[in-house]
Parts: sequence; structure tokens; C-alpha cells
Amino acid sequence: MRKAITGHKAVAEAMRQIEPDVVAVYPITPQSEIAEYYAEYVHNGLVRTELIPVESEHSALSACVGAAAAGGRVITATSSQGLALLVEVLYIAAGLRLPIVMALANRALSAPINIHCDHSDAYLARDSGAIQIFAESAQEAYDYMLMAQRIAEDMRVRLPVVVNLDGFTLTHTVQPVDLLDDAVAKAFVGEYKPYAPLLDVEHPVTWGAFAMTDYYFELKRAQQAGMEAAPAVFLEVQREFAKIAGRPYAGFFEAYKLADAEYVLVVLGSTAGTAKVAVDTLRARGMRVGLLKPWLWRPFPAQEVAAALAHAKVVAVLDRALSFGTMGALFEDVAAALYPLEKRPILVNYIYGLGGRDTTVPDLIRVFEELPHVARTEWALRYIGLRE
Amino acid sequence: MKEIRWHGRGGQGAKTVSQILAQINLREGKFVQAFPEFGPERSGAPVRAYNRISDEEILVHSGVYEPDIAVVIDETLLDSERPTEGLKPDGVLLVNTACSPEEIRARTKFPGRIVTVDADRIARETGTGFPNIPMLGAVVAVLGTDYALAEAELREALGGRLSQDLLAKNLQAFRAGYEAAKEVTVGRA
Repeated sequence: MRKAITGHKAVAEAMRQIEPDVVAVYPITPQSEIAEYYAEYVHNGLVRTELIPVESEHSALSACVGAAAAGGRVITATSSQGLALLVEVLYIAAGLRLPIVMALANRALSAPINIHCDHSDAYLARDSGAIQIFAESAQEAYDYMLMAQRIAEDMRVRLPVVVNLDGFTLTHTVQPVDLLDDAVAKAFVGEYKPYAPLLDVEHPVTWGAFAMTDYYFELKRAQQAGMEAAPAVFLEVQREFAKIAGRPYAGFFEAYKLADAEYVLVVLGSTAGTAKVAVDTLRARGMRVGLLKPWLWRPFPAQEVAAALAHAKVVAVLDRALSFGTMGALFEDVAAALYPLEKRPILVNYIYGLGGRDTTVPDLIRVFEELPHVARTEWALRYIGLRE
Repeated sequence: MKEIRWHGRGGQGAKTVSQILAQINLREGKFVQAFPEFGPERSGAPVRAYNRISDEEILVHSGVYEPDIAVVIDETLLDSERPTEGLKPDGVLLVNTACSPEEIRARTKFPGRIVTVDADRIARETGTGFPNIPMLGAVVAVLGTDYALAEAELREALGGRLSQDLLAKNLQAFRAGYEAAKEVTVGRA
């Protein structure tokens, strides 16, 4: 059924259909409404979830870790400083191979304090061991919340999954979202079969054991194997979802008018939608431009991205966060992906949208129009919409 | 694609009606967006909200700078918030005021169509106390949306939140705003 709802509501509806055993969450703008909607569902008896109001995000994810180790299906949500506070525990969730799903309403990190969107929170968790997915719209946020559950819980993977949706731009904007019937969504997500649950007292196990020089390295290698298995699982789950939902998901990224494009943008999240309008505008003027929008950011699908970009003349990678002292994280991903190719496109890195600075269609048209004049790959940042 | 910018004060319900409008437009088969301006939310402070309405999927996720319709829910914002800024010259300025469209024209110098609705009076007379619902009715009239469809969606949107009595008053206020907007209008200068 198609409804005009916010990104918050879309995520909360996915959670309602998943009906996890435990949701532990602490409020923070612009995530809070996800928790508020879900609390309403719990108190109206729509779900049988144990909702744990906690005193901080660190506690929220700690409660999730405990509940997941106990054998529960677990979801949380946060933003910005909340992510920063819980990131310590996110590394633990990944290290313990706990399939916790987390919606991250992207918001800039302090200081200066700001409530608006950028991707510095997601980038902070880049190396945590969590799988990270980015949504362009509330529809994609809803869809990937459902898919995330399956990816996280797959025994080949068993890792936390973060579903990123741009704060305010997606969380607070009413837009059309096609919701699956509850029965269809529930059948897709399926019943959770916990692995070695602590509450199975007949089969006692230890979670969170000590590992020194003897085993730490091997356990981290095993964790990497879970990440390496994730792309294949992502595609399997996505294929099945596309079929039941009738949506055109196919691959780690959306390739928009990319096949014959000479000049290409690579961008995460909602700005990809704005970029499509810029692409269409310039295509109408005869400029061969295109877009690559990653859904899956961690693990990074390097070979597929390289193959999709190899034919381009110039590729502009847009990062919505600074990685101080070096290039944007997505730029470095793309640069590394292209390095093994004999013939590579020229690369250029733009930083955009920090702290919610608006990025418009004319902004992105200007970027495209600069690309034919970029003579070689630059190890220097350019900025969109910045006053200097 | 049509773009709408709402000017109100925190607590007047600009965001609420922008969201209900999106639901109305969705019901008539359109693609929609509705979003508030993301500033500090303080009672009485100027706030803005926006709608996009289109026959095609809306991909753009940036702000609205050149709206087709500007809706002023609080007349005191006419000067301080410059609601005509960026407003398309052939667009519509819709104001909650007891003044005539000609008086608003003189005040704003806006060359396009001006529609005035005394939503404060409607809110008083119907007993709802809020000018947002009559202004929603006025927007529905300006957009040419089917009245019965819009009213059905409004009934659904408010039904869960309001008592039967207050719902009936709001539907009355909605109709009054709709009717007023059809009457009190001047064309382009």
C-alpha cells in the first residue's frame, strides 16, 4: 500500500513488521521519532517487543548486545553524537558477530554543534565491522531495513548492519512509500534462529571471552570472512526482495545512465536523487553524464565499481564528510578500486553538504560542467557551495 | 511540478497542514514531498514548510527556492519573512488576512495572483482556534483539487487525533477556507 509518510515512519513501519524481540534506544535529533513511533506501537499492543528506554546510546547498544547474545532479534536507531557514543559497542557487536540492525539518521558531528545532515557519523563507524547501506529515499530506507535483517542474520555473515538515511532530508520529509503487506514482509524476514543463545541454559556458552596474542588475530580474520561473505548474501537477499516487492533493485549500486557516460558522479544517499535530475538536464543538452549511487558502502564492492566506471573520462566522487588530513573516504574507496585497471578515468573529489548545507540541481550541474576541464587526477579537495 | 512554501509561526500547524496536503495529493495519484524548514522549533517563531507536487516521481532532495505558491498563515510575517521572495511572478500569494487582495498587492508589490482568506475569523467562528486548516482549504481551492477527495483525506488525517466535535468544526473551517479562496482573488497586476 502506498502511503505519504516520513522516513521516520517508514523505518518504524519496517521495524513493526520485523517485530524484533528487543529495541533499546535513546532519543537524539533527527532520529527520535523512529523511537517515538515504535514506542507507540509497543504501547498500543501492535508488537510484542521489549522496549528498553536507556540512559544513553552507549547503554542502548550495550543492551542490544546483551539481548542479541541472549538469542533475541534486536534493532536500534541513532544519529550523530549518539553514534559517536555507541561506536565503542558497535565494534564489540561486530567482534561478537551479533546481527544487530541499526537505523542511522545521518547528522553532522560536533563541534560546532549542528543537527543537520552529513555523513560524518557513518564515516566514524566506517571501520567498526558493521555492514553499511545508504538509502536515497524513505522507500529505500524501508526496503533496506527489511533486507538488513536477513543480511545480518545470515550465518555466513552474522554482523551488525547500519542502514543510513539522511537526517531531515529523508527522516522528516513526507514522501510516497510503498509498504509491503505485513504477511509478505514477515514471511520475507522470516523467523530468527538464534545462534548459541545465552538463554539456552541446557547448552551453556561463553560470549565475549578474552583472546590475547594466541587467538585475537584468528578471530579478527574470521570476522573479515563474514564481511567478505556479505556481498554475495546482499545480492541474494536483494534479488529475493526485488521479486516479492516488485522493485528494480539489482546490484551493489544503482547505475543511472552510466553505461555510455563520459562524466560521472559517485554519491551516497539522498543527494543521488538530486544528481539524477542534474543528469537528466544535461543529457537533454547532449552531454553524456551519469551517476553511480552505492547502496552497499561497507563492504565496498570495489571490483564491480571499477568495472562500472572504467569507461568514463572523468569521475567526480562526492563525500559528505571530511576525513581530516586526507581525501574523502568514498573517494579513496573509488581510487583504490580503480588502481588495478590499466586504463583509468581521471578522478576528482568534491566535499559537499556538511552540516546540512543544501546541494541543489544547479550545484551539481556546475560540477558536471567542470569535469571536462579536469586534466588529471587531483589529490586535492574541491568544495560544493562553500563560501571562501 | 508545483512547489509550495508555507509561512507560519511555531504552533500554528504549518507543518501539519503541509503533511496533510501531501496525503491529499497522494490520494489524487500525485507524487509528493512535504517537509518543514529544519530550524530550532520554538513556539511563535517564524517557521516554513514546503510541498512538492508532481505527476512524475520526485527525485530532487534540495530546498525549495522558487515556489509556485506562497501561503502566509500569519499576516505579521508579510514584512519580516518576505514571502514573495523567489515566488514565481506568475505564481500565487495566498494570505490569511482581513485585508483585500488589492491592499496586499499594495503592500507586497507582488505582480501575480493574490488570494486572501480571513482564516483567523474562520478559526474564531468555527471554534477551532487555528488558522492552518482554513488555509489548507484555500490551498486545495487554489490547486483545483477535488473537494470531496480532499475532505475525505482530511477527515482520515484528523479523525484519529480529534474528538467528533472538534473534527466537525475543523471540516467546517476547511470548507470555509476553500469557499473563501474561490471568491476573494485578484488576477495578475
